[in-house]
Amino acid sequence: MSATTSRVQPRPGDPAITPALVAEHGITPFEYEKLLGLLGREPTFTELGIVSALWSEHCSYKHSRPVLKTLPTTAPYVLQGPGENAGVISVGDGWAVAFKIESHNHPSAVEPYQGAATGVGGILRDVFTMGARPIAMLNSLRFGSLETPRVRWLVSGVVKGIGDYGNCIGVPTVGGDVMFDPAYEGNPLVNAMCVGIMREEELITARAEGVGNPILAVGARTGRDGIHGASFASEDLSDENEAKRPRVQVGDPFTEKLLLEASLELIRSGHIVAIQDMGAAGLTSSSAEMAERGDVGVVIDVTKVPVREEGMTPYEILLSESQERMLVVARRGHEEAAKAILRKWELQAEVIGEVIAEPVYRVVEGDRIVAEFPGSRLVTECPQYHPEARESVAIAALRAKDPHAIAERSEEADASWTLRELLSSPTIANKRWIYRQYDSQVRTSTVVGPGAADAAVVRLRGTNKALALKTDCNSRYVYLDPRMGGRIAVAEAARNVACTGGRPMAITNCLNFGNPKKPEVFFQFREAVFGIGDACRALGTPVTGGNVSLYNENPQGAVFPTPTIGMVGLIDDLAHVTRSSFTTPGDSIVQLGSSTNELGASEYLARVHGVTIGAVPVVDLDHEKRLVDLLLSLIAGGYVRSAHDLSEGGFAVALAECCMGDRDAMLGASVDLTDSQVDSERALLWGEAQGRVLLSTASPDAVLLAAEAHGIPARVIGAVTSEPRLTIRTATRLIDTPLTPLADAYFDAIPALMQRAATASA
Amino acid sequence: MKFGIVTFPGSNCDVDAMHAVTDQLGQTAVSLWHRDHDTQGCDVLILPGGFSYGDALRAGAIARFSPIMQEVVAHAERGAPVIGICNGFQILCESHLLPGALMRNAGLKFVCDWVHVRVEGCAPMFLNSYQSGQVLRVPVAHGEGRFAADDATLDLLEGNGQVVFRYCDAAGHVTEASNPNGALRGIAGITNAAGNVLGMMPHPERAVESLLGSTDGLPLFESLLSRVGA
Repeated sequence: MSATTSRVQPRPGDPAITPALVAEHGITPFEYEKLLGLLGREPTFTELGIVSALWSEHCSYKHSRPVLKTLPTTAPYVLQGPGENAGVISVGDGWAVAFKIESHNHPSAVEPYQGAATGVGGILRDVFTMGARPIAMLNSLRFGSLETPRVRWLVSGVVKGIGDYGNCIGVPTVGGDVMFDPAYEGNPLVNAMCVGIMREEELITARAEGVGNPILAVGARTGRDGIHGASFASEDLSDENEAKRPRVQVGDPFTEKLLLEASLELIRSGHIVAIQDMGAAGLTSSSAEMAERGDVGVVIDVTKVPVREEGMTPYEILLSESQERMLVVARRGHEEAAKAILRKWELQAEVIGEVIAEPVYRVVEGDRIVAEFPGSRLVTECPQYHPEARESVAIAALRAKDPHAIAERSEEADASWTLRELLSSPTIANKRWIYRQYDSQVRTSTVVGPGAADAAVVRLRGTNKALALKTDCNSRYVYLDPRMGGRIAVAEAARNVACTGGRPMAITNCLNFGNPKKPEVFFQFREAVFGIGDACRALGTPVTGGNVSLYNENPQGAVFPTPTIGMVGLIDDLAHVTRSSFTTPGDSIVQLGSSTNELGASEYLARVHGVTIGAVPVVDLDHEKRLVDLLLSLIAGGYVRSAHDLSEGGFAVALAECCMGDRDAMLGASVDLTDSQVDSERALLWGEAQGRVLLSTASPDAVLLAAEAHGIPARVIGAVTSEPRLTIRTATRLIDTPLTPLADAYFDAIPALMQRAATASA
Repeated sequence: MKFGIVTFPGSNCDVDAMHAVTDQLGQTAVSLWHRDHDTQGCDVLILPGGFSYGDALRAGAIARFSPIMQEVVAHAERGAPVIGICNGFQILCESHLLPGALMRNAGLKFVCDWVHVRVEGCAPMFLNSYQSGQVLRVPVAHGEGRFAADDATLDLLEGNGQVVFRYCDAAGHVTEASNPNGALRGIAGITNAAGNVLGMMPHPERAVESLLGSTDGLPLFESLLSRVGA
């Protein structure tokens, strides 16, 4: 075996391994020493490329793993936790749900259309390679200000990219969330979540098994696109990134659709033992990870890989991120049967390697060994870091500022003006301009599509159940107070899911942060993850997997720390599906949870006063858990006509939203807050105190009784009216306005902005 | 009654059509693969929505050359019912079973939304269970749905009662604002001269359950049943 190792030789024409070349591959001197120890010799150029991909942050989680290990990952119904292509939970009756969220931030920053499209493609493959049929997509997007032409160009491209890919493949895009803030000016975030369904027995994992089993490359040919995409995703963005546009892959949803159907048929056929997407770091990552999970060796012959162009080197073939490719381990003797299924779907498949007993990861080019690593140590012995964490003094100072000290603008004398201002803030405003470009209905199971409830609802065909799905993260909170912000991201997602009648089951997360080598950034990362862990434990929603995206920085600075939560909830009975807008004049409006004097970190401060300051609202996780239980019990009892969580913009915005579910048939509301105990009327109207929900009900007494039993403060504050008018009375203020100007502000804000010119240049 | 759902590589509303006619209508249905030449004795053929062949070249341009399309043409020529929905409509136009063409939406964006269409024209095979002038609430989801033809063709279609669905507002008025794609004369669906081949951009198979927001698509399929029963 030692003779084998010594046979590894540089290829003719390979560049010499110099410190400069090593640095260019993003490998630090410390890591290079480690690599030398692992190999017992100098690596070849091909090996250097492999290591640079596998030890990139994107593939190795080398800065994040120790922190991620603190998250809760188990529950009796979790069938597959972190470490696979996607997490899987049981939803009863033999059905299982696979789901995961992933980022495609860096590619989308330089090439928004293809970047977003291939992000959708990648997350779809993660789900169907578990054996699940994708039934829903969500996406969580963060952009700079829509006032900027370049941001409008990014928004147009990203939305079209998501739409064109998802629409073509026939998986509905049912929901998500979008936030705008100058913090994302240079680094938009594009996080895509996919949810799939399968019978429990159809679950398959990406674990190479069975010595002698053939390894097949399936799907699209391998080209030179996307080489070093994983490394690209692991460094800060700079002006030079424009030159890295070739690192962005090109998507082909038509091939993906064929791959989806073929993969599911292959998995059901029993001809294969494992399947994995060739995603980040392509063939290298997929084959090395499969071998590591199966605790076996593999040998790959790059000359057998179907390529798109002549003259590709092993280095290029191994690191290509050409899209719509899968790696499959077939059962020995079944490869022709597997190929026949793929041919039916007009897909190419070639045997490119084999599972071997010898614990090595070996790449050959015909007779020549071009790379060889001892066993799975390449994956398991990736360096890990415990970076320094220290809170930014500047951010702590922003948090310490008192928002109540900020004087009101003169326009605020008319509270309706402030309300219109908030409703037209793109973060709050209606997102129809975006979701109208997504097919949200294909597969005819979308019970509640985008915009109609606090979470999307997709029925599970063949059962009386449905899934409630939501992505969420208020990154302004995380920026000012990462621990609290992390907790709120989970708690708000749970509240949203419960408002639709769903019991929160589990989450996937997409952790978008800046450069972890900066102590201030690593502090945010660590604290936000701790906060997520706090909330997941309190709410009983384990983390089943996710994705870490670091280095979301450019010369102007880092993005707001954005740990996006993708939550899956289960609705036991389709009759329980609940929407957010009022349905019936005369219904009582009940507020669950208490308003407070908290005004910090609010959309109001950002939109009206242009500041992100103050203490983040405190979330009481025990209260949140009781609130979820109360909502589910009230909904199951048939007492709830509508339920809407109070979030960005606070009370007045939430109430206005409840009135404007259908722009052509709005219902009014009249509420009286004059006996409120809250001192600050600004906080009462615009503050973002946590743990609050607005219900409409025909049975207010029953609601109050149940709330008391659950220990949740509740008050009847007013009634739904047939006249399309909003009236909110506080001790010293009065909002009394027809709904039409509010609706104009809310519905027309984004279309009006997007009509303006968009350009790719900054 | 037996429905055949023609499935091309890239079709993605095939399962929806299947569910509509089986689960909601209680009829039998089979999937007809694009390479097949056998329509398995189906009474009605449905060309479902999706992106056959990835919309390469033009929506529907490649699908028309599929082996199964020879059988679809033969089925239509026998006077038997054929329905093309969305991408299926595009394929029927490309195959010259229907006149006109579907162009890129006027707004240049994909549009997924609920729209209203008015039932009109004369195609009892598909419209029996509707009232003339009835306003339906149905979904659209397409990027290339702007129906276009020359004026003479449009006049002919209207004169023959071949225009069967027109975009309108909730009250049934045909207005520019209610037209989601800029289709000429607000045309959402047409038939051939014989009245047995229907093409429409809206998705009737998505409007067959109140759970999903509308049952206004059901009578279209029921019309076919009542005809066979008669």
